[in-house]
Amino acid sequence: MSNSKAADVMASPEGRLAVIAVVIFVAMSILSPDKFLSVQNMTSMAFQFPEFAILALAMTLTMLTGGIDLSVVGIANLTAIIAATILTRFVGADAGVGMVALSMLASLAVGMLAGLLNGILIAVLGLPAILATLGSGLIFTGIAVALTGGSAVMGFPEASAWLGNASVLGIPVPLILFAVLALALSVVLQRTGFGLKVQMFGANPLAARFAAVDVTGLLIRVYIASGALAAITGMVVMSRANSAKADYGSSYLLLAVLIAVLGGVNPYGGYGRVIGVVLAVLSMQFLSSGLNMVGVSNFARELIWGILLIFVMIVNTRSWRRPRAPSVAKP
Amino acid sequence: MRPDFSRNETLVALVILGFCTLATVADPSFLSLATLTDLLRGGIVLGIFAVAALLVLISGGLDVSFTAVAAFTMYTTALMLNSWAPGVPWYAAFAVGMCVGGLLGLINGIFIAGFGLPTLIVTLGTLSVFRGFMLTFIGQKQITTLPSGMREFGRAMMVRGTNADGSFYSLPWAFAALVLAVVVTWAILHRTMLGRAIFAIGGSLESARRIGVNVRGTQYFVYIYVGVLAGLAGVIHASLARVANPFDLVGLELSVIAAVVLGGARLAGGYGTLTGTLLGVALIVLVRNSLVVIGIPSTWQSVAIGILILIGTGLPAWQARRAAARAA
Repeated sequence: MSNSKAADVMASPEGRLAVIAVVIFVAMSILSPDKFLSVQNMTSMAFQFPEFAILALAMTLTMLTGGIDLSVVGIANLTAIIAATILTRFVGADAGVGMVALSMLASLAVGMLAGLLNGILIAVLGLPAILATLGSGLIFTGIAVALTGGSAVMGFPEASAWLGNASVLGIPVPLILFAVLALALSVVLQRTGFGLKVQMFGANPLAARFAAVDVTGLLIRVYIASGALAAITGMVVMSRANSAKADYGSSYLLLAVLIAVLGGVNPYGGYGRVIGVVLAVLSMQFLSSGLNMVGVSNFARELIWGILLIFVMIVNTRSWRRPRAPSVAKP
Repeated sequence: MRPDFSRNETLVALVILGFCTLATVADPSFLSLATLTDLLRGGIVLGIFAVAALLVLISGGLDVSFTAVAAFTMYTTALMLNSWAPGVPWYAAFAVGMCVGGLLGLINGIFIAGFGLPTLIVTLGTLSVFRGFMLTFIGQKQITTLPSGMREFGRAMMVRGTNADGSFYSLPWAFAALVLAVVVTWAILHRTMLGRAIFAIGGSLESARRIGVNVRGTQYFVYIYVGVLAGLAGVIHASLARVANPFDLVGLELSVIAAVVLGGARLAGGYGTLTGTLLGVALIVLVRNSLVVIGIPSTWQSVAIGILILIGTGLPAWQARRAAARAA
């Protein structure tokens, strides 16, 4: 029971994160006011973060069930390469929007198929999620390498650039895509039976089973959704980079895990909110861009991310322990 | 005695045997001392890492930071010795490296044992902290002239010789470090109370606590020991490569964990064998080095490793599930 509103805000991981995001934003604005607050920087940030932010949504969903999806980057690259191959081999450079959309649908299907494979490995065969997705991630990356020989696929029709580079009413398309996906995930988790079951399963798998939740089907659907989100990331990256390669975004995996945990998602499952993840994404992006402006190298960013992750964990773990292991009442 | 097919060790050994048979049929020159020494040499750093990762898995944790510890250690050790004591013998370089690694391991230990944070998240964090710290504050340039002790150690060969066809084979003394690491770890796990404690906290943390195991102390030991081993592996890697490249090693961690898990160690903790781990390492090295020999292009290497991981972990999981269903 907190007495003041300020204490209320600090009591939830999302509240603390909102404070962190604001503090970082203000600090960066003060450190380099003319650059950080410029329209140019705002736009470039809005184009940059949706890529890993969508991956973080996939990570959030799987972590809610107490699992993890280490194959997201592999799926993203494999789907991007499949779309890229369709676009360059079977469709000419003058292809219209229709063919581009078709190739993207094909790769979305591949992403969901990859997710289905993960789901079967985890839910039907009973592999631990870490190992199943570690192994399948290697396979997806491996297929991508084998298909391309490790080199980049380039030369797409112009229409494919829209998803990653265009703006609608001044708002970048990737940002709109992320906003829609985040909102959708939030609604699914908060307002549907599926979302409730996901959180029930994450909080206590055995209890969920005894409550007649179809655990196998639930997990399979979760990993299919994760695969689909990874495929969408793959499309955005492909469109923005105007190429597809088997080893793009290898650092995004760590980043996606980091953002989900930073966003207050309990890696043991059962608790997590999309708003927290969104705030975590914004904090990370403000921090990266701001540090870039004041001339800090990429490696220092890695250092600061690591410190931030551990710091937030120390603060959050105290609140996770309470519901998980209630202290025994003294007689 | 019939081989026990429900054990990962048996499966991995059979796969290795099958692989070697196929490779020999495809290319008779595969069966040579040179292949064996290549395999052993390729397994040194990976093997020491795997022994370290096994210890953490047995204790119920998951460490992904050991590659960053090794890279940090090899770079700082080479740098420190070069600027302050370039002439020290190899064992001094090893001692320095193991101390640096142990200190970094202690940092992991503080967060895991001290604060009680989840091991995967902590070590993901420290992976980027160690790497970021090294590349930001210590340096990004390769060190091509190593301290003389490390240089000589890298050149010292246990076995060397010439094949019938005139090609050379050799096995560096660094291999002895792997043997030593395995023997010491075996002794700790199976001949000391500490080893029982490591198995106990991996099996069930709460039960271990209630029978009086010093959980925190054991966890501190595990992460410091892993740091020491990682430091050792780092110094050896630099000695053998004859260069300390700060961008090396990081990225290997998942392959190492894959090797250990292939060898039958359980992710949930409490179970794992050194034999299985070494067989897992052998299989991974074999796939990396010799996939081409059995007619699979090397671009399919990571697909092959991925499939091995899924089969190696899927089969036991599937058997356990069937056994549970039969019992119910």
